[in-house]
Amino acid sequence: MVDFGFGLVPSSRINLDLFDREKYEKLVAMEPDAKICMACGSCTAVCTAGQFTPTSLREAIEDVFNAKDDKALEALKACQLCGKCSMVCPRGINTRHLILSITKVYSKK
Amino acid sequence: MIYEGKQKIWSDYQKEIPDDHYFYVRSCIRQSFFPASEATFLDITRNKLGKDIFETEHHTTCGGIAYHSDTIPQETVMTIIARQFALMAKNGYENYVCSCITSFGLYCETMETWREYPELEAKIRENLWKSCKLEFAKPKFLIHASDLIYKYRNQIAAQAVRKLVNVHTGEPLKVVEHIGCHYSKMFPSKGVGGAEYPYVLVGMVEAWGGEIVDYPERRHCCGFGFRQYFIKGNRGYSLSNTHKKFESMEPFKPDLIITNCPGCPYFLDRWQYVIAESTGKTYGQDGHGIPALTYEEVAGLVMGYDPWDLGLQTHQVGVEPLLDKMGVPYDPSKKYLGKNGKDIGEPLPCACLK
Amino acid sequence: MKNNILIIGGGPAGLEASAQLQRMGYNVILIEKSPKLGGHLAKWDRLFPDSVQAEEVLGRLLKGAEGVKCFTDTDVRAINRLDKSYNVRLTNGITVLSDAVLVASGFDLFDAVKKEEYGYGIYDQVMTNADLEAYFKSGSDRRIEKPGKIGFAHCVGSRDEKSGCRSCSKVCCATAVKQAIEMKQAFPDAEVFCFYMDLRLFGRHYEDIYLKAQKEYGVRFIRGRVAEVSENYDGTLLVKAEDTVAGKPLKVTLDLLVLMAGMRPSASGKAIGDLLEMSVEEDGYFAVRSGIAAGQRSPIPGIFLAGAATGPKTLPETLADARAAAMEVDRYLTEIFPDAKNYKQLVRERW
Repeated sequence: MVDFGFGLVPSSRINLDLFDREKYEKLVAMEPDAKICMACGSCTAVCTAGQFTPTSLREAIEDVFNAKDDKALEALKACQLCGKCSMVCPRGINTRHLILSITKVYSKK
Repeated sequence: MIYEGKQKIWSDYQKEIPDDHYFYVRSCIRQSFFPASEATFLDITRNKLGKDIFETEHHTTCGGIAYHSDTIPQETVMTIIARQFALMAKNGYENYVCSCITSFGLYCETMETWREYPELEAKIRENLWKSCKLEFAKPKFLIHASDLIYKYRNQIAAQAVRKLVNVHTGEPLKVVEHIGCHYSKMFPSKGVGGAEYPYVLVGMVEAWGGEIVDYPERRHCCGFGFRQYFIKGNRGYSLSNTHKKFESMEPFKPDLIITNCPGCPYFLDRWQYVIAESTGKTYGQDGHGIPALTYEEVAGLVMGYDPWDLGLQTHQVGVEPLLDKMGVPYDPSKKYLGKNGKDIGEPLPCACLK
Repeated sequence: MKNNILIIGGGPAGLEASAQLQRMGYNVILIEKSPKLGGHLAKWDRLFPDSVQAEEVLGRLLKGAEGVKCFTDTDVRAINRLDKSYNVRLTNGITVLSDAVLVASGFDLFDAVKKEEYGYGIYDQVMTNADLEAYFKSGSDRRIEKPGKIGFAHCVGSRDEKSGCRSCSKVCCATAVKQAIEMKQAFPDAEVFCFYMDLRLFGRHYEDIYLKAQKEYGVRFIRGRVAEVSENYDGTLLVKAEDTVAGKPLKVTLDLLVLMAGMRPSASGKAIGDLLEMSVEEDGYFAVRSGIAAGQRSPIPGIFLAGAATGPKTLPETLADARAAAMEVDRYLTEIFPDAKNYKQLVRERW
């Protein structure tokens, strides 16, 4: 193979065709409220960890939908389970349970 | 795909293309990329169709490449363009036909800018007089050379010695068409067929017996992207955009790509080599690539020009499988002989691309 | 009493206003250019937010308008203003002398072909909201055969200045949510996506169906306008948008894309407006006498407006508007019109 000093670059595009429906069904069986997030961002705004690390439940839910499982786990990695997000969620999602469920279903360990 | 739906859109985007008497301007880069294309255009229009196409050695670059890489002020570019237009008028012409899509886009953009900002036009008029002592003029009709070949497509078909048909199967060749972005994306009404479903090349292919395949990334840029290519650090983006198009057209198994821009056939051709040599992937049959030709080259093939006179040996992707399908006679031993029989040198063989 | 009132347009606004004015004792003449009364409502299957049958609602409207003189397949040929009344020549040869005219010319659906990049009329698997309602009514459409992945593109011909449609059409968000649910009911295994810029679920119970679509039906809402559609080798669609929440471009392969065509000023309404020399605003809808305070009076004395002729409205808004218009007509015909001596002054003061 020839090295031209440049080559194909990976696409940052979300490909919804890669969405893992089976895993997702598993998640919503555990925590049905995963479906009702409306991406308002309240959880992220008050997140203790999120002020200093890239932590965001809103983003993690988005990542799960967008077939970016690794990114979802990354966005929850630093969560301290303090529960502040559950206080501000306008849809009343049990956010702590959702965080644990995402980690359980999508974790490769 | 509902063909009638496209026909409706095509009928909405028709522009007036005068039949004769043109001032012709060449492209800077096409002459080195595809050296016989412009000569073929002139030979077909002048000698085969008997049209009056005038060109002058005083014509220069339009400044488009500098403009799109942010290295020239707009007023300077406009003055350069005003000079070309003035040359047209000075030679007694009012129809302007250009070979390059970058130029065509820039001419359209400039004329629109002058229309919207007459004070800028006045300033350019003054610049032109100060710098060149030339009278300012604007073309009555500004068209791209592919518009003209589109206009003459049926006359060309009438003189054709062969069609875009596979002589072994009798099936029409599957042709992918690719329009330069600046042909109609900026001003859809200035392109034959508009910008979403351009007809200019489709019309040629249909008239010459081929079958157009419409693939999902048809509207995507060829990958040139000016600054994406110019700077080596960005070149991967250029390559990746081209790669995206080939991945998208692959299932349709096209026999040929026809283009109307200087950059597009170049990148659709050369990047196939780079993709093949760096990843091992090829898109034609049996390790070959998909030939990416200019519309003049395609017109030349159907009209019976010798493929080596058309400069097809300067393409990276070998055209022989296409010539075989079309039943074009050629002498392999003459492939790398120049116009006057001089050896122009054979490139080293590729490892992956046949 | 017994003034003649001409109502132009036999959709929900025209029907409701007819019923109300007839109840008040006026002599109502209703004309409708198409062969059938009911307007767009007659072509719809079910209505948001509670999925009531459109036919049922239309039935009630038609029943209310019983006894009204209706001329279908009839348009206006000419209108002349006399001193106070209008002499209206209809295309069926009849001439009506009318003391008040109510224009309830409604809307046209945006012609989705104009959004060339969506390929309506070119790609086999692209349809509109109206096509989908027709499918729900008839049970058949060549495009729908167990679709696995279905998309809804909001704002087609709405909030799109380039297409000449700046305004929001108001009904499409709720319609998309309703249709998404209905498609999930019809095809429970399907994945359904709604592509929106803002979800404008302002009405009572609208938010409920949004929550229901997410919670019970798993509809995926993606914040980003559909930018471009193309057709894959196998005839499926490649749809591109940005997920603006994630901040990344996105692609998805769909078996069916439904375009939520918005509301445009009705072309036949415009023709009537031209006959009357009645002014329209920049958005193409008829101007009203004084903005929010008198939304049913046109700038011309004796000419009234109701329904989507003055901008996109939901069905309940249209019906409320029609009732309000009836009240305005009545006020005009009792307080201003009969006073022959002071008519001009009264119009100046109170129109």
